[in-house]
Amino acid sequence: MFFGRVAVVSLLLAGSVAAQVTSQSLLEAAKEPRNWLTYGGDYSSHRYSALAKITPANVKSLSLSWVYQSPVAGSWEATPLVVDGVMYITQRPNDIVALDAATGRVFWSYRYNNLEDPRVCCGANNRGLGVLGDKLFMGTLDASLVAVDRHNGHQLWKTRVAEARAGYSITVAPLVVKDKVIVGVGGGEFGVRGFIAAYSVDTGKELWRFYTVPGPGEAGHETWLPCPPNSKDYCDPEAWKHGGGSIWVTGSYDPETNLNYWGTGNAGPDYNPAQRPGDNLYTASVVALDTDTGKLRWHYQFTPGDRYDYDSVQVPVLADITFQGKPVKAMLWANRNGNYYVLDRATGKFLLGKPFVKVNWMSGFDANGRPIQTPQPVGQPTYPGMQGGTNWYSPSFSPRTGLMYFPIWEEQAIVFSRIPVTYKEGSGFGGGGFQPYVPSADDPKKGIPNASGVPNLRRGPINDWTDAAGHGAMLAIDPATGEAKWKFRMTDVTDVGAVTTASDLLFTGGREGYLQVLNARTGELLLKRNLGAQMLNSPIVYEAGGRQYVAVMAGLGLFVFGLPE
Amino acid sequence: MRITKPIQSTAGLFALALSAFAQTTMQEHPEAYPRADIEYGARLYSEHCDRCHGANGAGVAGINLASGKFRSATTDGQLRMVITNGFPTAGMPPFRLDIADLTGLVAWLRNMNAIDRGSLKPGDPARGRVLFEGKGACESCHRVNAHGSRKGPDLSDIGTLRSAGYLERILVDPNGQLLPINRPVHLVTRAGKAYDGRRLNEDTYTVQMMDTDGHLQSFVKADLREFKVSTKSAMTSYKGELKPDELADLVAYMLSLKGAQ
Ligand code: HEC
Ligand code: HEC
Repeated sequence: MFFGRVAVVSLLLAGSVAAQVTSQSLLEAAKEPRNWLTYGGDYSSHRYSALAKITPANVKSLSLSWVYQSPVAGSWEATPLVVDGVMYITQRPNDIVALDAATGRVFWSYRYNNLEDPRVCCGANNRGLGVLGDKLFMGTLDASLVAVDRHNGHQLWKTRVAEARAGYSITVAPLVVKDKVIVGVGGGEFGVRGFIAAYSVDTGKELWRFYTVPGPGEAGHETWLPCPPNSKDYCDPEAWKHGGGSIWVTGSYDPETNLNYWGTGNAGPDYNPAQRPGDNLYTASVVALDTDTGKLRWHYQFTPGDRYDYDSVQVPVLADITFQGKPVKAMLWANRNGNYYVLDRATGKFLLGKPFVKVNWMSGFDANGRPIQTPQPVGQPTYPGMQGGTNWYSPSFSPRTGLMYFPIWEEQAIVFSRIPVTYKEGSGFGGGGFQPYVPSADDPKKGIPNASGVPNLRRGPINDWTDAAGHGAMLAIDPATGEAKWKFRMTDVTDVGAVTTASDLLFTGGREGYLQVLNARTGELLLKRNLGAQMLNSPIVYEAGGRQYVAVMAGLGLFVFGLPE
Repeated sequence: MRITKPIQSTAGLFALALSAFAQTTMQEHPEAYPRADIEYGARLYSEHCDRCHGANGAGVAGINLASGKFRSATTDGQLRMVITNGFPTAGMPPFRLDIADLTGLVAWLRNMNAIDRGSLKPGDPARGRVLFEGKGACESCHRVNAHGSRKGPDLSDIGTLRSAGYLERILVDPNGQLLPINRPVHLVTRAGKAYDGRRLNEDTYTVQMMDTDGHLQSFVKADLREFKVSTKSAMTSYKGELKPDELADLVAYMLSLKGAQ
């Protein structure tokens, strides 16, 4: 009898080898277009899919296949993952749900109970998961990292990454490389000292940590200048300790250089540079870290001594392009500060910087690629405004069209004010404020005093700020020059990134609630579907049961479209 | 063994009235508390409570826990609240305990004066683990901390979710305890492929399951030639197959499974 039971064990275990997501499959994610294995679609963060069943010719018949409604209200910024017909999503506050990617029906759900009252600036957001082997990885609002069995939703390990009561949180989708799961911490509005850290995928043990604000004795610390003697303005001699540099969108990875790349957030406090003199490295920068050791290989700072909340929290796009006649292993970067950049991703060398929207905080670049800053007089508008020319929204790069695509906010300006703030653990650390600037039709040099600006996060159903306060567009550029190829203009602004396909379609959305399908070569609108609520993530494309789908979140709904059967 | 009714009659009526609504009210008779819960509770009591309340329950002046009468609690639900919240100002710390632990402690408090702690033989988690991984072959269907099959429920945190009494019952009578959602599914697709597994979710048109290989599977019912939900547990009874003290060891092991830290 007992013998019988034991015999069954070996038989069953032999038969239960599950389909695996290996490090190799992550490296070659682009070759498995049925799946969506990383936040950016692949390590280069192209958000490009080789699927081509949905085409410009048949896209008009795209119809709703299923909807999943989040039970928790609040904006939804997550990117789903898809592995062999199973979709994994996160929903507020830190749930993971596994659904059948063809029908939307749920297999299991996992709830992480945040221990402390999390402090997050902008809502209980989570941007998604990482996957490797049988494990899913999620950062939590209370600044922990968990691994969950992707087959049954059971928690496998949990590691505390930082202290939530001091304003740290994790909202970023983890980047999984080889045996490491890499995350960074949010909290740029609470005076955190940002860092990026790698954890063992097997045990959750911390393997390395890189502080985006270097401490005394570390390279870059000298850019946190000593306070001038007898300064009449408030100056904080220990500004670096709460210097910001948060991380809240997923970085990219280049197997050739073994570097992982991350964009870092604003310096803390956001708006008052007088109390933290200097360039404030490595805030508002891109950092290139050795994946085995976490050591900094190079950095480039987009906005030295940032005073505009110009987080460089964008997704680094890694692409091999021809630049001024030569092949370059490039990093393409449309920054919140309104400039498009091309960097050499092996060395960090600045190759190109060019505004893609109206910019008046700087007038150009010096020979080293450092912006020549032109702070505006008190009371005058700064372009782009606080939400930036673009923001954390995912760009797309299509190797077929050779174009780079990203959402932009045009003609949106802010009048900044600066107020000294002393650091207090867990309290807001803004150091000033911002007032929307809506130019008067009579005299654009004057603002309309009581006009509403573009809402920062959430919009109501009526657009009473109108495009006078700023508007959005999807922009396609030649990545080597930054020249616009086409622009698809919207009346309201947009927080929705793009995904492109091998059939030259571009899927995007916007705050107005339309899923919009554009011709990736021309920008022509091929299809729109009103989903009735603001979208805040970037669509993804995948295949299940041999059919191609497009998934996008709008309001509390995850909408999935496919061609009719 | 002398069994005293642990509550006064008026309170008993009150408890009885409540029990229609909530399972957390106290049980009618002490013998209704599963032995496994009492044993587990006694062990927890000696770990957490002895140092103040003493082995006999009379360690705190003016309080006799063994009397079965409590100043601050009538129902089992209230007792759980007392343990959970403590009396921080009067000197009892709050205890953050899970369902399994609270169920055990309450079962022990209700039976302290009826049962001699020395007579209890709680199981041994270490021996239970050996049984679980060996002779019991539980891992052929269950997973614990990333080992074993996903065919049956993952038991990594079963010790926080279920009481000792339930865990004992399921080993001897899995059919009687089989939760409806877990009912085994057998289906055959139109193409003739057969699948067996544990039901995870179902609606009018689709069904989701964990197949015997531990894979998530979802089916549209219209695509099926055959679809059966059985009421017979895939797990067979261990009654007779394992000795009572072996069952107790297994229960003790499962109670020690408190999930990933
Ligand atoms: C640090 C000492 C301490 C520990 C440990 C402790 N208690 Fe207490 N407990 C007290 C004190 C003191 C009181 C009386 C509070 C009051 O006077 O209000 C009390 C009261 C109680 C009461 C209420 C009695 C009544 O008549 O209402 C119960 C039930 C109880 N404890 C159960 C427990 C259990 C179960 C444990 C172990 C999980 C435990 N206590 C651990 C000190 C302790
Ligand atoms: C042949 C497969 C199989 C074997 C062997 C098996 N189980 Fe189970 N077990 C199941 C299934 C399937 C369920 C789900 C409910 C049901 O079918 O009864 C289950 C349910 C359980 C539950 C209840 C879980 C819950 O969430 O309530 C426990 C506890 C349990 N088993 C323990 C054990 C232990 C201990 C052993 C070994 C002594 C064992 N099982 C052996 C298949 C098995």
